Formats: sequence, structure tokens, C-alpha cells
Amino acid sequence: MPASQTVDFDPSRHARLSDQVSLRDEEFGALAYHHGTRRLVFIKSPKLLALLRHLDDFDTVGDALAASVELDERASYGAALGALWRSGLLGE
Amino acid sequence: MSESSLRPRFERGLAAPICLTWELTYACNLACIHCLSSSGRRDPRELTTLEATSLIDEIADMQIFYVNIGGGEPMIRRDFFDLVEHCVARRVGVKFSTNGTRLDRAAARRLAATNYLDVQVSLDGADVATNDQVRGVGSYDAARRAMDNLAGENFGPFKISVVVTRENVAQLDQFASLALHYGAQLRLTRLRPSGRGADVWHELRPTLEQGRWLYRWLLDRPEVLTGDSFFHLSALGAPLEGLNLCGAGRVVCLIDPVGDVYACPFVIHEQFLAGNVRESGFSTVWRDSELFRSLRQPGSAGACASCGSFDACRGGCMAAKFFTGLERTDPDPECVFGHGEAAMAALAPVALSLRPVPAPTHSRRVAVALPAPRERRGTLR
Ligand code: SF4
Ligand code: SF4
Repeated sequence: MPASQTVDFDPSRHARLSDQVSLRDEEFGALAYHHGTRRLVFIKSPKLLALLRHLDDFDTVGDALAASVELDERASYGAALGALWRSGLLGE
Repeated sequence: MSESSLRPRFERGLAAPICLTWELTYACNLACIHCLSSSGRRDPRELTTLEATSLIDEIADMQIFYVNIGGGEPMIRRDFFDLVEHCVARRVGVKFSTNGTRLDRAAARRLAATNYLDVQVSLDGADVATNDQVRGVGSYDAARRAMDNLAGENFGPFKISVVVTRENVAQLDQFASLALHYGAQLRLTRLRPSGRGADVWHELRPTLEQGRWLYRWLLDRPEVLTGDSFFHLSALGAPLEGLNLCGAGRVVCLIDPVGDVYACPFVIHEQFLAGNVRESGFSTVWRDSELFRSLRQPGSAGACASCGSFDACRGGCMAAKFFTGLERTDPDPECVFGHGEAAMAALAPVALSLRPVPAPTHSRRVAVALPAPRERRGTLR
């Protein structure tokens, strides 16, 4: 079973949704399920969901944030991604 | 990301269930006195392997990430492993509940080799006498053998699943030590007056005082799983782990062995029957059934409206209320403030005969004893 990430979250690097994770759209955003750890996470905003879906298209997390999130919200979305990283939903 | 702020969304229902229970068969070689599905005899209309396989495909297409497989005793079905392996191949995780009687060394080996699989072995007493009183002579030894087999084949952390009763609530520390011994996880669930449970609920449900003790025990042990069973106890203070809501028809549902879809595993009764997967497929039932649509409407807090703890407890469990003859807007029969007791007392004796009877029943007409392969240590009754 893959453990949670041991490497610290670094927005200046690339990240993407782990292959082990499935997303299911819901009215409020989505459910994210990690098949390995069986962890279920509620993605509570459509904007965060869009960000997650497109992370892989950018070289770095920072680029992804800059492309789709207003300046004043970047810190909080960055923090949300950090939390998902630590719970093993994101990988490199 | 706290989950509680999503509660209103959950109460309006999700695109697909989070917690889907699928009972593969009503056949069971035990006859536990509290069986929520009144299992025993196989229903001849049981879904065929082909039907079950296409149901799994539909579950996968709906992106239901895992199913809780139960019964009856699911391992009795000859295609049990085929179905489990089909789930896994479709990336639908499986957690299945077993009484352990069929879980020999070879089965344990096969299970250990399968990904995305959880096993939970049922045990309702930390010793032979307490367990076998509820689950039948020989069942304690059978469950322990199954656990030994899983451990012997390095399955990993399986679950030990206990229905908390008046008799075993004092043994929770022993269950926890047993789990530790096996490197297993302890899972506790609530005894509800469903199925044959209706016959023993009055004698076996924990007392209010035991409930308070259980609440504190759980608060101290967030690692103990409860499947959100005890949220009525959250009225006592800080909320327990979980969503703390009745998910029936909103995030929870049951598919029974003949394909009937009920709002939750604890309400096998025509009043909570939403449809059948054979007729229209599961997703249609989930999305469109009149019953589920009405369960997703905001309900009234009824008698609980003036309770300061309503936000924590939401009036408790619909199944427990229904099978004790209470209304959906009444307090939970095990309301921590005793309001449920009062509501039940107000019903009796007039309405006692009107209490809904769990149906259908697949209980055997004659009791059977479990043949013990080795020495039998159970109490004789
Ligand atoms: S009165 Fe109702 S809401 Fe309050 S604790 Fe009792 S069952 Fe829960
Ligand atoms: S009826 Fe009871 S057991 Fe069923 S989902 Fe609601 S609270 Fe849970």
C-alpha cells in the first residue's frame, strides 16, 4: 500500500493526480478516491477540481495556480493542493 | 476540508452512493439471533452470475469506488471468488463480511493475493459463551480459525466486526486486545431492531448508561471504525468520527440478493423498497426512485426540533425508529436523553401490535447447529 508522501510539497515542481486516484463528479465538486489507501476525500469546490484535472498540463504547480486562480486566492488553493499532496492523492 | 459543511449536500443525495452494501445471498449456515437480514435460506430468485457480473459493471460505470459485500454468508455462493475478482478487475474495491466458517487456509491465501480487498470477520463476544449465545454454538471457534488463517497467510490488517450489545459492551477492551494481537482493525456497529434483531433488540441493546460509556470509549479511540453507526451518541458532546447523518437513500443503500434496492441495509421492508436492478438497472433506481427522491427532501426535525443537540444527532437512525413503531420525526429510540424511551412508552401497549414486522424473512424454520470440525468448546443451550 503506498504510504502518504514523504517528500514535502513544493509548488515550484510538477505534480499531478496519482494514477491510483479516481474522481467522481458531484454537485459540490467531486469525490476523490485513492484505490490503494482507500482514502476518500471531498473536493469541495469546482475550481479546485478543475485545477486538479489540469495540473498535469503544467510544468509546475505554481504555473497551474497562476493560470487558473486569482492572485488573492492562490495561497489558499496552494494550501489545499498541499493537503492533497500529503494525503497521497497527488504524485510527481 | 471539514466534512460537516458538506452535510446539507449529502442530505440532498449524491450522484451515486458512497456506501453501497450488496448482499450476495440470503443463504447462511449460521442463524445469529440479531441478523439484520433474517438470513438462512437461499432465495431461489437470487441474481445469477451473469446478472451479478453486469451489476458490477454498472457499479463500476457509476464510479462507485467500493462495495460492502455481505449476506447471508457471501462465501457460500459458488461464484463468490469470481464476483470478487470481477469487482477488483473493474477497480471496484471490495469489503466483505463473513462469519468465517468458509475461510479456510486456501481461501485465506486467495484473498491475500487479491488487491483492493478488505475482509471483516464477525464476532459478537470476546469469549465463547458471550459470542455463541448470539451467533450459535461453534461460531466463536470458527471465527477465530478464520482470523488465524488470514494472519497465517499474511493477509494484512483485516477487520474484526462487532455488534455492540448489552452483553459485550464490557468486553470492548478485550476486543481491542484481540485486534491488536492479529494486527487487525476493530469495527463496532450498532444493534438495530432490524430483521431478527427486532426480536432481541429490547433485551440486547446497550442501556443508556452503557451508551454513555461507549461514547467516551470511542472518543478516546478514533482508530476504532464504526461506519458512522453511533452518531446518535454524538448528542452527548463532541461529534464522533464520520459524517454523522442518516445516509439512507442519500449516500447509503442496499442491493439485496434478488436485486431489490432498499434505502439502507437496516430497512429491509416494503416501505423502504426503491426498486429492483433487474427491471431498470441500479442507476435508474438510485437516481429516480420516488422513495429516494422523497428521502432527499429536507425533513422536519419534529419532536427533536427543540433539542439543543439536534445538530449533532439529527434525530438518529430512521431504521431504529421505524422498527420500534416510532415516526421519522420522533427521537431515536436510544436518544441519549431518554426521549426515545418516553416516545416508545407512549406508544405501548396500543401500538405494539402495529409495529412493523421486518420482512421478507429468510430465516430457517428449524434451527441448525454448526458442525465443529475440531473440538467444540461452545456453551450448549
Ligand atoms: S431529542 Fe432528538 S436530536 Fe436530541 S438527542 Fe434525542 S434523538 Fe437526538
Ligand atoms: S436508517 Fe439508520 S442505519 Fe440506515 S442509514 Fe439511516 S442511520 Fe444509518
